[in-house]
Amino acid sequence: MSVTSVAVDVQGAERAPEQAIQGRSQWRLTWRRLLSDKVAVISLIVIVIMVALAIAAPAFAALTGHPPDSAYPNTGETAAGLPVAPGTNGFLLGTDGSGRDLLVRILYGARISLFVGVVTTLIATVAGVTVGMVAGYFGGVIDAVLSRFVDAVLAFPYVVLALALAVVLGPSLTVILGVISFFTWAGISRIVRGQTLSIKEKEYIEAARSLGAGPFRIMFVHILPNLLAPVLVLATLFIPQAIIFESTLSYLGLGIQPPTASWGNILGDAQSFYQQAWWYVVFPAAALLITTLAFNLLGDGIRDAMDPRTERIFAAGKRRKLDRARRKAARRGDQPAASAPGEA
Amino acid sequence: MGAPDAERTAAQQADGQPAPRPESDDDILIRVENVVKHFPVKSIGFTRRTVGQVHAVDDVSLTIPRGKTLGLVGETGCGKSTLARCVAGLIPVTSGRVLFEGNDLSRLSRRQMQPYRREIQMIFQDPYGSLNPRQRVGSIIGEPFAIHRMASGGERKRRVQELMERVGLNPEHYNRFPAEFSGGQRQRIGVARALALRPKLIICDEPVSALDVSIQAQVLNLLADLQDEFGLTYLFIAHDLEVVRHVSHAVSVMYLGRLAEAGPKEPVYETPRHPYTAALLSAAPAADPNTAASRQRIILVGDVPSPIDPPPGCRFHPRCPKARQLCSQEEPQLEVKAGDPVTHVTACHFPVEAGENLAAAGSRESGI
Repeated sequence: MSVTSVAVDVQGAERAPEQAIQGRSQWRLTWRRLLSDKVAVISLIVIVIMVALAIAAPAFAALTGHPPDSAYPNTGETAAGLPVAPGTNGFLLGTDGSGRDLLVRILYGARISLFVGVVTTLIATVAGVTVGMVAGYFGGVIDAVLSRFVDAVLAFPYVVLALALAVVLGPSLTVILGVISFFTWAGISRIVRGQTLSIKEKEYIEAARSLGAGPFRIMFVHILPNLLAPVLVLATLFIPQAIIFESTLSYLGLGIQPPTASWGNILGDAQSFYQQAWWYVVFPAAALLITTLAFNLLGDGIRDAMDPRTERIFAAGKRRKLDRARRKAARRGDQPAASAPGEA
Repeated sequence: MGAPDAERTAAQQADGQPAPRPESDDDILIRVENVVKHFPVKSIGFTRRTVGQVHAVDDVSLTIPRGKTLGLVGETGCGKSTLARCVAGLIPVTSGRVLFEGNDLSRLSRRQMQPYRREIQMIFQDPYGSLNPRQRVGSIIGEPFAIHRMASGGERKRRVQELMERVGLNPEHYNRFPAEFSGGQRQRIGVARALALRPKLIICDEPVSALDVSIQAQVLNLLADLQDEFGLTYLFIAHDLEVVRHVSHAVSVMYLGRLAEAGPKEPVYETPRHPYTAALLSAAPAADPNTAASRQRIILVGDVPSPIDPPPGCRFHPRCPKARQLCSQEEPQLEVKAGDPVTHVTACHFPVEAGENLAAAGSRESGI
């Protein structure tokens, strides 16, 4: 068969479905698979609502007439100086220990939590991807130095160090962003390094090198786009961690400083009132739980919607655990059956 | 039994000096001289001491005349691909020289190598692994232009589409991803990419091994047409002897990092002198059932030995049906054997004679 006839065949046979097939990229396929995953869609909706509420927090403040930092000793506190219950005196979710509107404060807290979660994850992802990719691609001494540094960061008792840093530098939003990013990037870097090591051995990297591509071109044109899928999953799963981290710091009084509201410091204040005012604990905790759960479930959904390989990489730990459980179950199940013929 | 010894001396006398080169140096596009590539074997653990060497390629020399195809055959793991990567400058050689139009490429830095990258291109074995799954076909084929800052914008697109048309792809598929193509089409993408810079040498590393037989023929014909059109020179690596016979002008047979036999296609295929070549040829399926029925298969015993610790003497001797004591002691050199044309060289102490039945010898040896 001559080449020209092949060319004609190819064109003739494939011109028809051109429109139908065009633009079916991996991202679009992933998106479609994601939309067929009910849990992921619900999580996405929850996150969108949460973000919308956070953005609309000033509107709620205006609507209720309760700015987040204003205390209402007359209407917002009982005679004994305790918070009022939800629905009392126009406080939809009740008030906090200082007689402030709990709903408005939770919504303002959402702004802080989501902002910290997203920004620290962004910083940590950029840093982690850069370090991990450089370490994995260049290998050798560069890898050894960077990887040991990553090990060192991961080996820190991070809460203790974060507390120490917050004490030394004084609590502020910048310090929180820095501290959380610093303890998150190392984990991302380690996974990105592993991925880079495996992508580096692919034939298309060798093909690029044979064309004369330099290390930067190979890293940014060939390795980075192939890292995006796992990194996106990772980032989605790191956002809730960052949110919880921020809450932990704020709860301990070393994060966001009062009177600025954050879920962590609301919960911290609430612990003195939990016997008298359940809503003071339940509502901010629920906001934290729902948000982090939604991000985690969305991350799982994205991972499942990506190609199966990604799933296996991140599910390896989970699968091992499952396997172990299954083996144990099998052993238990087998033992009576195996011993029975022996006894007979 | 004394006959091969006598002939060996005769051959040595006939070949007292190196074989005269049939082509002048101007006609030789690439000359590989005594290339050695060893990979260190590192111990596991903190110190990572070097505990051994993988002798991937040991003292291999090749020459390819301009516009010709050299077929390089051998079993998996014999060092073919390593040699290809040394020639392409993808991995540094341990020793030896790679001369491209007389310029030694083996000691060049990445920057110094850059102009030669345009002249030497590669086509890879795996049409799925050799294309970046996240790149569109247009950027894959256009990448050589981007790297060498040649054509840009609309000009680049035009040239990429020309290339796509030339290799038999629909230029309208410019914006598609590799996953949307079949294996044969993907290999065409690889060919178009290799062709983009109008190279002089294309190293084909098992370019059709991963393809269906029907698709193999299409790709091979495409490569042949391109050779005629652009005067390309190919280093064609394969383990399929019939494919190599189809495309090559000359053939080199590798075994465990060394050349066993090399020469023009006809003598190597018609009258193989190295027992390994003979065994390979006898194992290849024949298209003609009459030939197949009359042929004696030489069954080699054992596996390919480890390249970390290759056997002493002739590397083939543990599996060779003709092996004698000398074979395990003295390493045979590539030389012209009696009755062969000067371009046909064999590294064997006891080369195969015409009409000799190696299959019988093999079974007798293994029976002892």
